[in-house]
Amino acid sequence: MRKSFKLQDLDCANCAAKMEDAIAKIDGVDKATVSFMTQKLTLVADDSRFNDIVDEAQRICAKYEPDCVILR
Amino acid sequence: MSPKQKKWLARIVVALVLFVGVMIFTHFAPLEEWLGSRQAAVWAEFALFLIPYLIAGYDVLWEAARNIGRGQVFDENFLMSIATIGAFAMVLFPDSDPHMAEGAAVMLFYQVGELFQSYAVGKSRKSISDMMDIAPEFATIERDGVLEEVDPDEVPVGSIIVVKPGERIPLDGTIIEGASQLDTAALTGESIPRDVEPGSDVISGCVNLSGVIRVKTSKPYGESTVARILELVENAAEKKARTENFITRFARYYTPIVTGAALLIAVVPPLAGMGTWSDWVLRGLTFLVVSCPCALVISVPLSFFGGIGGASKLGILVKGSNYLELLSKVDTVVFDKTGTLTSGTFDVVAIHPETGIDPQWLLSHAAHAEAFSNHPIAVSLREAYKGEIDPKRVLDAQEQSGHGVRAVVNERVVLVGNDKLMAQHGAAWQDCDVTGTVLHVCVDGEYAGHIVIADIVKPDAKRTISQLHDAGVKQCVMLTGDRLDVAKAVGKDLGMDDVRAQLLPQDKVSAVEELLAKQAEDGKLAFVGDGINDAPVLTRADVGIAMGAMGSDAAIEAADIVLMDDKPSNISKAILIARHTMRIVWQNIVFALGVKIAILILAAVGIANMWLAVFGDVGVAVLAILNAMRAMNVSKYRD
Repeated sequence: MRKSFKLQDLDCANCAAKMEDAIAKIDGVDKATVSFMTQKLTLVADDSRFNDIVDEAQRICAKYEPDCVILR
Repeated sequence: MSPKQKKWLARIVVALVLFVGVMIFTHFAPLEEWLGSRQAAVWAEFALFLIPYLIAGYDVLWEAARNIGRGQVFDENFLMSIATIGAFAMVLFPDSDPHMAEGAAVMLFYQVGELFQSYAVGKSRKSISDMMDIAPEFATIERDGVLEEVDPDEVPVGSIIVVKPGERIPLDGTIIEGASQLDTAALTGESIPRDVEPGSDVISGCVNLSGVIRVKTSKPYGESTVARILELVENAAEKKARTENFITRFARYYTPIVTGAALLIAVVPPLAGMGTWSDWVLRGLTFLVVSCPCALVISVPLSFFGGIGGASKLGILVKGSNYLELLSKVDTVVFDKTGTLTSGTFDVVAIHPETGIDPQWLLSHAAHAEAFSNHPIAVSLREAYKGEIDPKRVLDAQEQSGHGVRAVVNERVVLVGNDKLMAQHGAAWQDCDVTGTVLHVCVDGEYAGHIVIADIVKPDAKRTISQLHDAGVKQCVMLTGDRLDVAKAVGKDLGMDDVRAQLLPQDKVSAVEELLAKQAEDGKLAFVGDGINDAPVLTRADVGIAMGAMGSDAAIEAADIVLMDDKPSNISKAILIARHTMRIVWQNIVFALGVKIAILILAAVGIANMWLAVFGDVGVAVLAILNAMRAMNVSKYRD
């Protein structure tokens, strides 16, 4: 499944790059893109684990930028 | 500015005013006399500078503290905190001058830079989204004679919608009533309005200018042109350019290396007895100030984003930064002739029947044989044949791709096509000396004559080729299914470097593959087609450019770059914009890295102090962002 999410309060470009890197490493994720310019996260990931993956991605985002929220 | 940014700004201004006040006060007031000792005066200054420092940077310190808890050591907040706290802590080294002012200043200017970044990025984000503000808000649907405003998403295909002057057309469809003019500028960059009348196809996203029109919708909103364009532009940021990936990879190593170097510089030389601790620790702290690669990490994607946004203003849709990057390296442009360099509307220029055959009879049979074909040639044949076409008279029409058609017309087997088709069926065809596409007609195995059709070259085609050559494109190649002499004549007229003629659709792929094999290592090949029948070639080329894409799904799907208009001059504009963007990207990379490395070297040898470092760091970020925002400005490429 492929889905885009808006990222709220993504303020640091370097963090966006780090998030992208870490999210792409989650088990079941085929492709993850975090765009600082469009403030969007695009996930291509396993259908069965999709919700867990988004939860995991949220934890990763908060690790790099505590205010950053994935809007879903 | 957002409310968050306004608060931020207010905080910085307060801190700045206090900072300047403290600077003046500590400079002129005889603190030492008042307090009795030099040491007490230093501590008083320490306390005074702490006020603007904390006002400006308490959030940075707080973030840093939280980040330590999460193990994020190479976070910019953390590094900035260490650098500034370190500067304040220099008070503990009695042998050196106090550095509180520097500590507070570093924090202040760091915050100024951050605020500016946030503002600039927000602004360019907004100007790009304004540019793409082509989404219709509502559709006016007619139900049983009553007009009702609904969400465009809810309009079923085949509904009748009413579009008043000044409104945006919400869905693709065909006009059934009313004539008007349409402003297509948001989609194509073309400023001249387009006249439309009943029967015209209209495209969502255009603005209706003069009259009320009633449109029968042909697509649901999700598949309409406007929805597809928006999706395409929004997804463009996903496909990152190699330069972008290089910068993020670089940033990952840059910070740890600089931080490590800072630690070494602060500790090793004084242990080796090369100087005082205070001196080397200060140099190490200066390193930390320039350890954030933010200027690069923000300005590079911002430039690409700006370039893509700017191009879309001119009706050039780029599907990703990577394609913009590839486009800037293009040195070979391969054109499909029909529909790209020529308008694709053919005119019959000559009818040469064999002796004893009536020209109208010949044209009539040819037009009937082509009755079911959508090929431009068929359309022009039918147009030239003034009479009614009776589809009942045509049986068993078969298109033979690249050759022609075979059909049974009035119970006679009619073949219309090129010499290959004639040769295949053993008809004794004759050559023609009129320049154009020759359609031989064979009726019941007898050669009946030929019809010559010529294509009209687009007015700006020739200028485009010379502009491409001026821009440094080494080779312009034209591919066509036409006869060699026709192709050569057109190619010579346009100034093409190479012409490949008499190609079947599948031959075009191999022609492009052959050209690709000959490409220089870093040169890229772009293929320009009209998106009809050339999807495989569009995919095969390094950069596939489809033009005249208004409403053509296949073209939008297959191409990497979509030209909404059908003017070839947009190709040279696209290449110039791509080059312009890449130039800005590289300027920023070289400039930002150059300044940072210079500061690192100067700091290591003890020439650069923290003041210079913070101005260098923030200044570079601000200049790089301002430079990146230039990528958005494409007004000089407008006609």
